Amino acid sequence: MNPLELDVRELNFYYGETHALKNINLPVYRHSVTALIGPSGCGKTTLLRCFNRMHDLYHGNRYSGEIIFNGRNILSDDIDLIDLRSRIGMVFQKPTPFPMSIFDNIAYGLKLRGIKKRSDLSERVERALKHAALWEEVKDKLNESAYALSGGQQQRLVIARALAVEPEVLLFDEPTSALDPISTAKIEELAVKLKDEVTIIIVTHNMQQAARISDWTGFLMLGELIEIDRTDKIFTSPSEKLTEDYITGRFG
Amino acid sequence: MTKGLKKDPVDFIFGTLTAIASLSVVLLIGGIFLALVQESTPAIEKFGVWKFITTVDWDPVAEVFGALSTLFGTAVTTVLSLVFAVPIAIGIAIFITEIAPGFLKGPIGTAIELLAAIPSIIYGMWGLFTLAPIMEEYIEPFLQSTIGRLPLLSILFEGTPMGIDLLTASLILSIMIIPFTASIARDSFNLTPSIVKESAYAVGATRWEVVKDVVLPYSKLGVFGGVVLSLGRALGETMAVAFVLGNNHQITSSLFDAAATITVSLANEFTEADTDIYLSSLYYLALILFVMSFITLAVARFFLLRAERRYAR
Repeated sequence: MNPLELDVRELNFYYGETHALKNINLPVYRHSVTALIGPSGCGKTTLLRCFNRMHDLYHGNRYSGEIIFNGRNILSDDIDLIDLRSRIGMVFQKPTPFPMSIFDNIAYGLKLRGIKKRSDLSERVERALKHAALWEEVKDKLNESAYALSGGQQQRLVIARALAVEPEVLLFDEPTSALDPISTAKIEELAVKLKDEVTIIIVTHNMQQAARISDWTGFLMLGELIEIDRTDKIFTSPSEKLTEDYITGRFG
Repeated sequence: MTKGLKKDPVDFIFGTLTAIASLSVVLLIGGIFLALVQESTPAIEKFGVWKFITTVDWDPVAEVFGALSTLFGTAVTTVLSLVFAVPIAIGIAIFITEIAPGFLKGPIGTAIELLAAIPSIIYGMWGLFTLAPIMEEYIEPFLQSTIGRLPLLSILFEGTPMGIDLLTASLILSIMIIPFTASIARDSFNLTPSIVKESAYAVGATRWEVVKDVVLPYSKLGVFGGVVLSLGRALGETMAVAFVLGNNHQITSSLFDAAATITVSLANEFTEADTDIYLSSLYYLALILFVMSFITLAVARFFLLRAERRYAR
């Protein structure tokens, strides 16, 4: 078994007065794909956004408990969020290219980290695009606007942008919900391939997707983690009745 | 043939009334334009178009009239007020949308809208009795003794500071247009999808970097439209400027000199216009302002419309 990358211990999360996550204990293993599934509003996206402290952007949100990453609790106040977010990247529900060229989109995170030399940037941009399986499609139009790409290409661009800063973990928040089946297949293929280098946590509405690409699956309901286990186990013989009801489509 | 819907008479009357109401606006604009053209015809015939807008003289005694000095005053006060107002307005909009905590957003937004609600005559009085003396005694002498000493820049700050001049007028104008620019900039910034902002944070951008690299580029069309709209306001503003500009038909290099804008001339001189050609020339100025405002508004609409389309995608 792979070593732990992230260890969530007794995590509670509050949106103001709303207790959104209740006592979550979740291990995330290095170089594996962990899927989070559950009905709408169960807190899976909320949980995902704890890993890069996205909730800190808005007032009135509060955490308790710990998420251990590289031996440190990333929920503590003295964590450098900029550094954390370069180690734990994120891809959103919809493609989010920035209003700039393809090249500059990928180079953005690198420039923020003080890499200015054109040759370094070019090399790392190319590497990131190759990793995201987008290089062949865009290598002749790096200076064109990122908005000119198709939705699926934009989503791979966003993945490349996250990969460019060489993160240790990538968070996917329903990355294919706005894409057609072919683009979805490419993203899934990519996620499986990428786990050799990064640890992946993916939130998905689509249970088949979780079954196809993940090694571990966590099932959440009403803010609680009902069960976390090997994906094949979850989908064949879950320990909890609730999990079984959900994956067999009895509710949700 | 499809069966026509039975016309409800109330619906028909209601529809006709609203159509008449809308049509009256178009007729009114056309009517005003025609009246301006008709009244200014003697001046157009006497001075022509190009000659009128390139003549500096405005001499009621000799009956020589040219628009250049008022065009100059209008251009300088408008541009200068935009230079003062736009950075502040954008700063306000950034603060409201990106930085201020929730409980501050409402009060600041309201305060800015209140600024827009103050009648311009009050700005004029405040400018004349409060701002002008302050400018005369403190700010203008200070400018003269500091940047006024730099080569090249010194010609902007020559003469005895009186407080009734281009600089004071531009300052008043800028305070008046800040609310418009700020609220349009705020609305444009709010159109930036939060998911795009979040992804910039997610690659490790700071708040300033998110504003600079994502929010501003995303909303620049909308902000630009807002600036042009403010420019239109500044062009047409009369009362606030009339009090502090001095209505002196001249072209000067110094911002400490009195000058005249189209609107100020119109407000001050209609009662004095004792000859037909004088009156006609004033109408001619009004016509020019009408056309300028129309073009400005059209440009602003064009940019705002393009901005909306872009966000709609």
